[in-house]
Amino acid sequence: MGSLTLKSVHKAFGSVDVLKGIDLEVEDGELVIFVGPSGCGKSTLLRIIAGLEDATSGAILIDGAEVSAVPPAKRGIAMVFQSYALYPHLNVRDNMGLGLKQAGASKAEVATRVKAAAAMLSLEPYLDRRPAELSGGQRQRVAIGRAIVREPKLFLFDEPLSNLDAALRVNTRLEIARLHRDLKATMIYVTHDQVEAMTLADKIVVLDGGVIQQIGSPMELYNRPANLFVAGFIGSPSMNFIDAERLGIQEARTIGIRPEHITLSRQSGEWATNVAHVEHLGADTILYLESEKAGIVTVRLFGEHHYHPGEEVFATPAGEQMHRFGADGRAIR
Amino acid sequence: MLPRARISFSRMALVHLALVAYALVSLFPVFLTLINSVKSRNAIFRNPMQLPTAETFDLVGYATVLKQGDFASYFQNSMIVTVVAIALVLLFGAMAAFALSEYRFRGNSLMGLYLALGIMIPIRLGTVAILQGMVATGLVNTLTALILVYTAQGIPLAVFILSEFMRTVSDDLKNAGRIDGLSEYAIFFRLVLPLVRPAMATVAVFTMIPIWNDLWFPLILAPGEATKTVTLGAQMFIGQFVTNWNAVLAALSLAILPVLVLYLAFSRQLIRGITSGAVK
Repeated sequence: MGSLTLKSVHKAFGSVDVLKGIDLEVEDGELVIFVGPSGCGKSTLLRIIAGLEDATSGAILIDGAEVSAVPPAKRGIAMVFQSYALYPHLNVRDNMGLGLKQAGASKAEVATRVKAAAAMLSLEPYLDRRPAELSGGQRQRVAIGRAIVREPKLFLFDEPLSNLDAALRVNTRLEIARLHRDLKATMIYVTHDQVEAMTLADKIVVLDGGVIQQIGSPMELYNRPANLFVAGFIGSPSMNFIDAERLGIQEARTIGIRPEHITLSRQSGEWATNVAHVEHLGADTILYLESEKAGIVTVRLFGEHHYHPGEEVFATPAGEQMHRFGADGRAIR
Repeated sequence: MLPRARISFSRMALVHLALVAYALVSLFPVFLTLINSVKSRNAIFRNPMQLPTAETFDLVGYATVLKQGDFASYFQNSMIVTVVAIALVLLFGAMAAFALSEYRFRGNSLMGLYLALGIMIPIRLGTVAILQGMVATGLVNTLTALILVYTAQGIPLAVFILSEFMRTVSDDLKNAGRIDGLSEYAIFFRLVLPLVRPAMATVAVFTMIPIWNDLWFPLILAPGEATKTVTLGAQMFIGQFVTNWNAVLAALSLAILPVLVLYLAFSRQLIRGITSGAVK
């Protein structure tokens, strides 16, 4: 219960192709995250899965059944929106119970399921309040509760954390991870924040320009990015890209090296550089170096390091951690 | 709330001065009507600006109005026409506005423009055709004729204002309703309408006043005794040679009351809608 298959899903708005053939398998119980820059089509894809938007062509199968012609309410899905989208004139209990009531569940069943969901999200004290009387975090929990109550085959999350402040975001992220473990439900989650994607996902789908760039576990994407886009998108600060010619490497066009895979030394190393700027983050120190050989390079060191702008240091990339990309942007392995 | 402290006293005073002046200008004719309606005929002509005194106080106008003619039924006619027309304008205007703002279909903006044209072209230009139509359908001298014409007259503005407001209702909310299994009608009536209630009240007020005050269509389409509206009823005191000013002013003063009550009802909605903290 709860698998999803997309077969060459296309979507065009007028003459603009937003999705250019998406093929995807989501297995039961997986938490899959669509991630990509704004305008990459990830939200459109989610809305197509939800049935709020029709695909121009292609097939959508939930649990093996084609659902393209099925209205959203009958697809066995629940969706959590970025703006919470709570019904302003209903209290929390009715907000959570409305979907079930519409589906024809008995009053007693609605009550028990709302109660269970409220307990899961510690919303019991607020059941009789209206959305306007709740804080942002509570509203988001109600929105999640509304999804849980329906016991859907598929949970869809549309950037659920973007309206929350940083501290609340971490808490809610943990809560979603816990829910996913407890409910063992299939979840599809859209975000533009690669940190959210890395921390939550079983499987990440990186989208750009309406095309899937890569599908894989967080560590696969980090360790073996398929192309320049994924390499640059996953990881923070982002990967350094250096023209292969400048390093005298023939078989590739671009060399990628993550900031955390470069070591520094004051005495000797491969690249002689000048420190341009230093950022102290406590746990990390981030340096921006200017070198003749490699251009501007970002380096991330763990812990506190006292380098000063203008200082001369030597940087050495860890050879086995270098990524090679060909002229077409694809990784060479 | 405005940041009060930053607005200087003199500026506040100026703003209030302007508002008070405007209020006076607007209220003066009403005031004049009211005071003169309770004065004797001589006093009205001799000293129109004077407040009624013990000598000039005279309720003869009201007596005439209530005695002569069937004013209760005129009021009832006006009330029926106005209330039903407003209800229809709000219902159909809101539905059209919802369709225009919510659904993408071929000719959407053209349809919106077509519906808005009525704001610019006065419906009275079509009086002859409307009258012919009413005669052909046998609706002359019925309240239905007036209700139909006023509904048509009110819809363009209603569609124009409401569709703007409906665009501001969050898409997520409507989509959440769709996922919860609400039909498009339920989304319209239960989610969208409550959120645009302030706009509905505005439209109701704008629609109501011209309908209530209209003389043209009652005179042409429904001049019969049984379907006379208040404004038309008051006309019978205005003669070619003699006008019974007491009665005219009394009738007009009475005519203010129901419209005032309706206005108060709608404006309460307006304020309640704004303060309910509905959106997000």
